[in-house]
Amino acid sequence: MNATSIAVAEQRIEWDRPSRGRVGMFGLIAAETAIFTIFVVAYLFYIGKSLTGPMPKDVLSVPILYTICLLSSSLTIHAAAKGLRRGNVRSFGTWWFATIALGAAFMYGTATEWHRLIYHEGLTISTNLFGTTYYSLVGLHGFHVVVGLVSLSIVMALTLLGNVRSEHAERVDVLSLYWHFVDAVWIVVFTVVYVIGR
Amino acid sequence: MSTDSITWPQTETAAHPFVDRLHEWVTTVDHKRLGILYIIYAMVFLLIGGIEATVIRIQLIRPHNDFVSPQVFNRMFTMHGTTMIFFVVMPFLFGFANYLIPLMIGARDMAFPRLNAFSFWMTAFGGLLLYFSLVGANGLYGAGNAPDVGWFAYAPLTSRTFSVGHSTDFWTLGLLVSGFGSIGTAINIVATVLCMRCPGMTLAKMPLFAWLNFVMAGMVILAVSPLTAAQIMLLVDRYLGGHFFDTQAGGSAVIWMHFFWIFGHPEVYILVLPVFGFASEIIPVFSRKPIFGYSVMVGATIAIGFISMSVWAHHMFTVGMGANANTFFVMSTMAIAVPTGIKIFNWLATMWGGKIEFKTPMLFCVAFLFQFLVAGLTGIMLGAAPFTWHLGNSYFVIAHFHYVIVGAILFSLFGAFYYWFPKMSGKMYSETLGKLHFWLFLIGFHLTFDFMHIPGLLGMPRRIYTYEPGRGWDTWNFIVTIGVFFQAAGILVFLGNLLWSYFRGKSAGSDPWDAWTLEWSTNSPPPAYNFYTIPMVQSRRPLWDLKHPADPDWEYE
Repeated sequence: MNATSIAVAEQRIEWDRPSRGRVGMFGLIAAETAIFTIFVVAYLFYIGKSLTGPMPKDVLSVPILYTICLLSSSLTIHAAAKGLRRGNVRSFGTWWFATIALGAAFMYGTATEWHRLIYHEGLTISTNLFGTTYYSLVGLHGFHVVVGLVSLSIVMALTLLGNVRSEHAERVDVLSLYWHFVDAVWIVVFTVVYVIGR
Repeated sequence: MSTDSITWPQTETAAHPFVDRLHEWVTTVDHKRLGILYIIYAMVFLLIGGIEATVIRIQLIRPHNDFVSPQVFNRMFTMHGTTMIFFVVMPFLFGFANYLIPLMIGARDMAFPRLNAFSFWMTAFGGLLLYFSLVGANGLYGAGNAPDVGWFAYAPLTSRTFSVGHSTDFWTLGLLVSGFGSIGTAINIVATVLCMRCPGMTLAKMPLFAWLNFVMAGMVILAVSPLTAAQIMLLVDRYLGGHFFDTQAGGSAVIWMHFFWIFGHPEVYILVLPVFGFASEIIPVFSRKPIFGYSVMVGATIAIGFISMSVWAHHMFTVGMGANANTFFVMSTMAIAVPTGIKIFNWLATMWGGKIEFKTPMLFCVAFLFQFLVAGLTGIMLGAAPFTWHLGNSYFVIAHFHYVIVGAILFSLFGAFYYWFPKMSGKMYSETLGKLHFWLFLIGFHLTFDFMHIPGLLGMPRRIYTYEPGRGWDTWNFIVTIGVFFQAAGILVFLGNLLWSYFRGKSAGSDPWDAWTLEWSTNSPPPAYNFYTIPMVQSRRPLWDLKHPADPDWEYE
């Protein structure tokens, strides 16, 4: 009796469920979005509320070059993932390396900017509200870039050791979702810090 | 007969040495073991948090009592609140979710077993950090203090100036770390529900418990993260000299309130949704009827999830947000009563005309239903801003939210304990002791929290360590404290019942309640791989279909 009902079920059921990795990564991205939202709200709320200088318009310069670096790394990681899906590991490795290089260039840009702000402009996280919100928001984003770079570098090392093949395309896709998210967040941070807040 | 295809004989395991077994538990990634670890962990903290509550109530039993000093009193209510929310109810619910969701949806484990273990140990570490403050909060002097800033830790009380030493840091770090654990588990639950369902179990055929936990997990992702962000800001303020909540440097104390309650109010619904899930599983089984209005229940759950994200500032009516903000939050708070009311009517309609069996789990669920109604009604009272202007921060508020957390959440949790204890342990609990627990706890609960409304209405504020005689509060406080001892006795009976039943109880069999969801189709306790063959389902009550092949549910759904 039971056997027949299950046989019927087998005929009827087409069973398709989403990939675990993707759902998990989208969950993480949702959580991270909520965290960034709170920091962005705090930044917007505190614009112009600093009691002492330096003020954003005096010390901030727009990092256009490094922004282009980070945003174009979304294109290179997309090309890398596409290469791996086609089974072209060499193309994957090249584009993947380009992504890491662009991400590292962005972090170099942040480092030089912070160095200038701290040593030449005298702006630290405890100077005024602008310093507190600026270093927290940009730093939180930078932290995510660093985490992304470490993850990408692990995959790069595995690729150089010959351990990455086309069957890993799904996992690489999931990791690239995170990188796209980090890039997208920078658009928001850039708008808030360098356009609205300056 | 037909259940043979998915049940099989108990596999015998040789007894390992204790160290090996301990090692297995510490390194486990099995969702059932992690679920039990969560539950045991929460149970330990329930006792600790209960002792703190008892200390608070003994101090308030009569005016001018000096059972504890004002300083200790502050630490007690802070630790009681923090412990009960973050290290009792959340781990309890995550434990049940971990244990039951894979079994209910016919999966062999959660979507990410190692993330699951990581999340549990993060939560456990968070609780230990909070209590380590008792030793370490003054640095390395070995004379620590517990946090004493209240469970919502309003700025600027948490600034370095007003909160010297490290007790507030332990509070912050404890919540930050356990928050990572909560987010990890929430992501896991979402991925499990979406990606691990057995063939045939479409979203519309999932048990309501899985649905409610799915929505709860989505809310954890969106609501616990703001708390994480706020804790990071507080750490920046305390350690790096930041000014987020520093009013001296242009910062705002009110923005901490917003950030905290953006987490804090959805949190209430995070705690209560899984509990709705327990009621939605237990009430149908003991009424011998399928749940009334399944799809409406799902819709109401999702509606609660959405609306609960926009009600947070009803905790802040006394701050002075202005008429527009107040009106908005009054309206949204009233609106959330609608889907909640729908749920209450659906449970009542499930019981209506049913063949109700008043076993212990059902008793707890019936009490849950009525107490949750009262809690909701006082919630609507407090949701009206002018009412809160009079009674904000009074014992009326305390009575209201303890009605939710004890009267609804804890009662339903106890029901879930008795309902699933046979599945988790393989043993039947003692019905006599279960009923004794129920009545003791019911009497204690009503003595404490019914009468707590009255000193609140008479103007007694919360968080005062003592009060003057002759204000009309004395008798009420006395009754409230007496109730605590009934509740404590109930808890002891409960623990005794669990221990006695575990070691001496009768074997329960795989399906003691003649229930309908998949967890009852496998052994009690289930083997590590849950199901010998992955089940296939065609309706919301797969075991009903198996037991009544002539009249299966899927012909009607």
